[in-house]
Amino acid sequence: MPKLSYLRALNRALGDEMERDPSVFILGEDIRLGLTNTTPGLLDRFGPQRVIETPLSEQGFTDFATGAAMAGKRPVVEYQIPFLFLLVLEQIANQANKFHLMSGGQTSVPVTYLLPAAGWRPGWGAQHSDEPYSIFAHAGVKTVVPATPTDAYGLLVSAIRDDDPVTLFAPIPAQKVRQDVDPADLVPVPLGASRIHRSGSDVTVVAIGHLVYDALAVADRLGGQISVEVFDPRTIYPFDWDGLAASLDKTGRLVVADDSNRSCGMGAEILATAAEEMHLIAPPKRVTRPDGAIVGASPELDVALLPNVEQLAAAVLEVCNSG
Amino acid sequence: MAHPSRPGADDFYRTMRLIRRFEERSIGLVRSGDILSGIHPCIGQEAVAVGAGAALRRDDVLMANHRGHGHMLAKGSDPGRLLAEMAGRADGVARGRGGSFHPSDFTAGVFASTGTVGHGAALAAGAAWALADDGTDRVAVSVFGDGGVNQGALLESLNLAALWQVPAIFICENNMYATTLPVETAVAGSIPGRAEAFGIPAATVDGMDADVVFDAMAAAVDRARSGGGPTFIEFSTYRYYGHHTFELKDRLRYREEEEIERWRQRDPLALQESRVPAGQRAAIDAEVEKVLDEAVRFALDSAKLDPAEAFDYHYASGLTVRPGVAKSRASWAGASEAASVGGAASAGGAANA
Repeated sequence: MPKLSYLRALNRALGDEMERDPSVFILGEDIRLGLTNTTPGLLDRFGPQRVIETPLSEQGFTDFATGAAMAGKRPVVEYQIPFLFLLVLEQIANQANKFHLMSGGQTSVPVTYLLPAAGWRPGWGAQHSDEPYSIFAHAGVKTVVPATPTDAYGLLVSAIRDDDPVTLFAPIPAQKVRQDVDPADLVPVPLGASRIHRSGSDVTVVAIGHLVYDALAVADRLGGQISVEVFDPRTIYPFDWDGLAASLDKTGRLVVADDSNRSCGMGAEILATAAEEMHLIAPPKRVTRPDGAIVGASPELDVALLPNVEQLAAAVLEVCNSG
Repeated sequence: MAHPSRPGADDFYRTMRLIRRFEERSIGLVRSGDILSGIHPCIGQEAVAVGAGAALRRDDVLMANHRGHGHMLAKGSDPGRLLAEMAGRADGVARGRGGSFHPSDFTAGVFASTGTVGHGAALAAGAAWALADDGTDRVAVSVFGDGGVNQGALLESLNLAALWQVPAIFICENNMYATTLPVETAVAGSIPGRAEAFGIPAATVDGMDADVVFDAMAAAVDRARSGGGPTFIEFSTYRYYGHHTFELKDRLRYREEEEIERWRQRDPLALQESRVPAGQRAAIDAEVEKVLDEAVRFALDSAKLDPAEAFDYHYASGLTVRPGVAKSRASWAGASEAASVGGAASAGGAANA
């Protein structure tokens, strides 16, 4: 079977959707050259009117995409750096995401915001290392964080076809993954539908994005003593609460692996909702980033701050030993 | 002809009179507690709305701002449905979800009224690009105030509009104040100079004479429709009643009565009156009052929204948001029926008395 990389999957989804729907176009910085590896070949296939190179003016071109969407287009906007998503938080959360509501349903804003370099990579500094997906979930913006190449393909396709704004975070560590793929498996993945990567009966590990791989490693490591279910929400807003409830009905124990800051992160929301509404037989735990910032300039310091396999394994053991 | 021909003096007078009286009646509805938000009255600025609206077709796109009632009426919005919107009623142009601050009316080409100042310009640039890309000759117009011209998103959008030569018209209503801040203490350089820096044709034009406004707008519309790219027009104008109706109660001291009086001497409605024979004027006035009587009746007869509808229209895909106060949507709706909204009504009425 052919191998498919994560970024190649995003590239393929963009090309397929642009082919299928002439209202789809992409705009962003350095996309004509495919700097982030999501857009190579698209300029040649679709021309400069549908692969639009923008000046460095994220606020302007994000609103621009909203206006184009209200006039019938289906834009995909790419950003190079995680925090740029916060520079345009106003444009996404307060403009694009509210026009369907404020117009009483007269219009919709089908824009996809693509962040192909979400999260940390060694040495890129404190201003390039954020993973702010929880902020968009908090603001009620549909938000997907694919872990695998097939999910990257399927979720991007669904995001583009969705009639609301959708942000897609592609975690940098997940992009190392290449996967054997049958082209027939490249299909839309519905927003809001979770995926169980490994079934288990003792504890549910909710792992977001690349942390799915850490959760699978922990499940392997503890396999002799603990049966771990690895639950990948894939979409963090809207979250598959029914899917999580079904998993917890089975296991009754919960650990969340979340690359957000600890305060008000998705991990906090998942623990709170499970505690309020679901079956738990032991106090749940979460493994997250600390509050505040990642240093970013020193890999040694950052590794100490980022969620990792050891912390996750310890949390799983603790939850399983406490009830 | 790419733009509609200039309406007769009587037609301009009719629309200006409609806007003036619409806003005056709206202030009455603010005082009576029927419009809880208060409004940002455009009284004094009607000539810009009327002149600009007359140069546009109904299928052209307008991105208005918080002071947009006049522009919406001039673009063709129904007064009764707009009033119902401002009162948060079911028959509002946006089903009561936009209110006075953020109404839109796609039947009249009004795509948005943005409250974050200046952003409508960037929305209009994108809409204009899309309209041209689809091969239409429709144009997109953004209206903002002198407060908007210092916003980064607006300046960025001028750059994009000029780079890509989109059929957009940027209208700055310079009414001399951004909320309370005088323009001369807020704007370095000049307002049209901002657009000229991007190579966009720009001018400062009298915004108190509907004929002058129309002629400037018509030239901009011609340019946009024929592929000549964007235009920026600063209209000099003034709002008599301040930023928002809260000023009727809280007399903020940021401008002199003499200044207001000086601008009233150049009142756009009075100027237009002088162009219409007295007998015809009286008939128009009576006709406008009749329209507004009907509009007020329509708005106040329109149903208030049911709390159970609070979850509607959040997402185009029909996604239902999780309720904040209970586990199920059904129980939330039941609980909210018992909650009183009367407290909010009396507070709003008092604030704007």
